[in-house]
Amino acid sequence: MVTMSEASGETRAVPGTVGIVLVSHSGPVAGSVAELAVGLAGGTATAPVAPAGGTEDGGLGTSSELITSAARAVDGGAGVAVLVDLGSAVLTVKALLAEGDELPDGTRLVDAPLVEGAVAAVVTASTGADLDAVEAAAREAYDYRKAD
Amino acid sequence: MLDAGFFRRWLTAAAAAVDREAERLTELDSPIGDADHGSNLQRGFAAVVTTLDQEAPATPGAVLVLAGRQLISTVGGASGPLYGTLLRRTGKALGEAAEVSEQDFADALKESVEAVGRLGGAAVGDKTMLDALVPAVDALAESFTAAAAAAEKGAESTVPLQARKGRASYLGERSIGHQDPGATSSALIVTALAEAAGGSASGGDHE
Repeated sequence: MVTMSEASGETRAVPGTVGIVLVSHSGPVAGSVAELAVGLAGGTATAPVAPAGGTEDGGLGTSSELITSAARAVDGGAGVAVLVDLGSAVLTVKALLAEGDELPDGTRLVDAPLVEGAVAAVVTASTGADLDAVEAAAREAYDYRKAD
Repeated sequence: MLDAGFFRRWLTAAAAAVDREAERLTELDSPIGDADHGSNLQRGFAAVVTTLDQEAPATPGAVLVLAGRQLISTVGGASGPLYGTLLRRTGKALGEAAEVSEQDFADALKESVEAVGRLGGAAVGDKTMLDALVPAVDALAESFTAAAAAAEKGAESTVPLQARKGRASYLGERSIGHQDPGATSSALIVTALAEAAGGSASGGDHE
């Protein structure tokens, strides 16, 4: 089951599966990273992935509305892993989590690089792993060294 | 004592100051940031004023919580969650009282400034809004006017500093010599507090 409809960008929650939200300052970056992660996961990508990139009017920045609606869209009751790029994306998610009632229960900001972490998170979540395992997989992406 | 009307006056004055100085804030944000601080805050504070007009919250706590949420959701840059957290935390600490003492407000604001520091992982000297906010809340025990002067001085003190947080930190030594836009907007917001308190030289009179 492909959960990210490329035509409409609609995302459906999968009951019992961890949802993934990708936050970037740029709409195209968040969307493309979502596509990349789902694509690299191949036919195994069953976890719902929602991009929340840029501001609502399509500019560069962070929108708490887009983040909140993305998290709600992928929430299947098993938790939501949120991966972010930098600056206001990090701070907005932290502030929303501190609000208490803005994001679905079990939403977690994952400390991971956006691109590599997204791939790891989507693949892991698609195996039916729990939020702890998804978080651990995404964090591990930091340990992969690319040069000496 | 400070009532909901005082806090609405504060935020309205802050919105007017941000509106008036938006161009300058964006200019300061051009060499060391992404040139959107003025327009971001303009949008955020305009939304705050609109929301306060529409919902007319009855207590100081409710005014600040509503304003904070509005900043988090409309600013679109890092200052949104930071100022939003500042106001929201302060509002929560003030609870549901119809009026609060200046001392209670000063204590709540001080704790919220510390929370903002933790949220951004920053400290005084990092060339951020904390360089204005921390001396301001320390001076708040004296008067609103003293807090405004301390914030102003704190903002100016960021000029020789090298940025250690945010986008400006990527510039390393090249961030030296520019006044931090966040500290500058913080000074505007604290100065608005003195305006709301009456704008007189005596500032926050203690009863």
